[in-house]
Amino acid sequence: MTLPLYVPPEQIIKDRADFAKRGVARGRPAVVVSAADGVLLAAANASRALKKLSEIYDRLAFAAVGKWSEFEALRVAGIRYADLRGYSYDRVDVTARGLAGAYAQSIAAAFTGDPKPLEVELAVAEVGPVQASDAVFHVRFDGSVSDELPWAVLGGARPAGRQAMAEGWRPGLSLAEAAGLARAALAEDGLSEDGHEVGLLRRNVPGRAFIRLGSLTAAQFEKPVAQG
Amino acid sequence: MSGLPDSYFGPGNSFTEFVGRAAPELLAPPGRLGGYGDGGIGRLGEPGARDGVGEPATATTIVALTYKDGLIMAGDRRATVGHQIASRDIEKVYPADAWTAIGIAGVAGLSLQLVRLFQLELEHYEKIEGVALSLSGKAHRLATMVRSQLELAMKGLTVVPLLGGWDGAAPRVFAFDVTGGAYEERGYAAIGSGAVFAKGSMKKLHRPAATARTAIRTALTALNDAADDDSATVGVDQARDIYPVVARVDARGYHRVPDQELARALFSRGGPAKAPPELETPSRPKGRRP
Repeated sequence: MTLPLYVPPEQIIKDRADFAKRGVARGRPAVVVSAADGVLLAAANASRALKKLSEIYDRLAFAAVGKWSEFEALRVAGIRYADLRGYSYDRVDVTARGLAGAYAQSIAAAFTGDPKPLEVELAVAEVGPVQASDAVFHVRFDGSVSDELPWAVLGGARPAGRQAMAEGWRPGLSLAEAAGLARAALAEDGLSEDGHEVGLLRRNVPGRAFIRLGSLTAAQFEKPVAQG
Repeated sequence: MSGLPDSYFGPGNSFTEFVGRAAPELLAPPGRLGGYGDGGIGRLGEPGARDGVGEPATATTIVALTYKDGLIMAGDRRATVGHQIASRDIEKVYPADAWTAIGIAGVAGLSLQLVRLFQLELEHYEKIEGVALSLSGKAHRLATMVRSQLELAMKGLTVVPLLGGWDGAAPRVFAFDVTGGAYEERGYAAIGSGAVFAKGSMKKLHRPAATARTAIRTALTALNDAADDDSATVGVDQARDIYPVVARVDARGYHRVPDQELARALFSRGGPAKAPPELETPSRPKGRRP
């Protein structure tokens, strides 16, 4: 009689984490950054059709990197979660915290339970009435969540982008300045600026706050996009 | 807090279908509504519609008409239960999305639920697919949603919408019936108990090339004419200063017309819309004054 080979749980977790990290690191990066007039989202994305940013609800948006098919399923599930919640209760009852929690649970369950962990890293952003009430929830491949920072750099082994953001961010940044930081954080990727997918959660607009912008160039932000 | 249930994953871009799958209790189940009866604002004038619901709930009138740059939709503000007035300031015209207006006639609770569901249906599709539905697509989608309530309609709990929107180049109006028929109307349309009278009014007054202000005046006049003959419809309530809800949809999207503008459209230049010249008594030929 043969005994099954014993693999310590530490090893299983480490193998799965390495696998997921490699998958996420292969993707091009994305950034989310809170600014004075809204929350800016940007992703290096060579595809015009397969989006990495999305509107979720009135004040909520989504950014993800990793395997498109996996985060697309999560994006659609998030829209369904938000719309159902808003329909059951009220539109103001849909929050980033609730959605980030649900994502974290789903991703964590897949990390330990599924045949293969999800190769995704995502952020749920919420724009508030003032900048201090903005929220950026950063959910990683193992389901761990953080919301300490008003910005997030998603995607693999590029510490330079994260560093540029950490050094450059301060409260009250204009959208043009935030776009500059986002450009710097995405610059590592080497994709030209035509390949940037850009979205904005405008502050203090009634109803749906998310719009798509053409690029991260400063000219884009000279006119008051926040009024939309 | 738990993760996202399995029913949240998988194909599909319809919110209604998703709710039916994930939380069916949130949709009005036909079987449980048999006893609701008369909490509503309308039936469409068919005697059969009152079967099984006790006191019949009556009426509401919504009109829509095109003008040269867009579309006006207007709904009166009265809700009735039997012969009593349940509300003097209910709203029956809503934005379905940024480019579309929806008006509703029928049982109040179900009507409002239909509007909420339809608004979400359009938004949900747009978010998931990344593009908005075409105007015909919206009309077909709404037709399916109305048809799904046919069983309720047979019990007298009728809900009938009117849809108008900007399709990118021109305004279009769709009227519906309880079986889910969607009929594109030319120029103008009306639903609800006063629809016959409102249509008669618009038949005479509607001019496709009119300005927005003239079209607003025509819509308000049509509601006033409906109120004149239908006790369940109220026109402009001057005593209480309550105006119908009037929406304008044009190339810039949906816009609710403020009351002051309605007052100007209705009362400037000496009162309600006059019949166009060819319908008035022939005046004396010009140039031959006595």
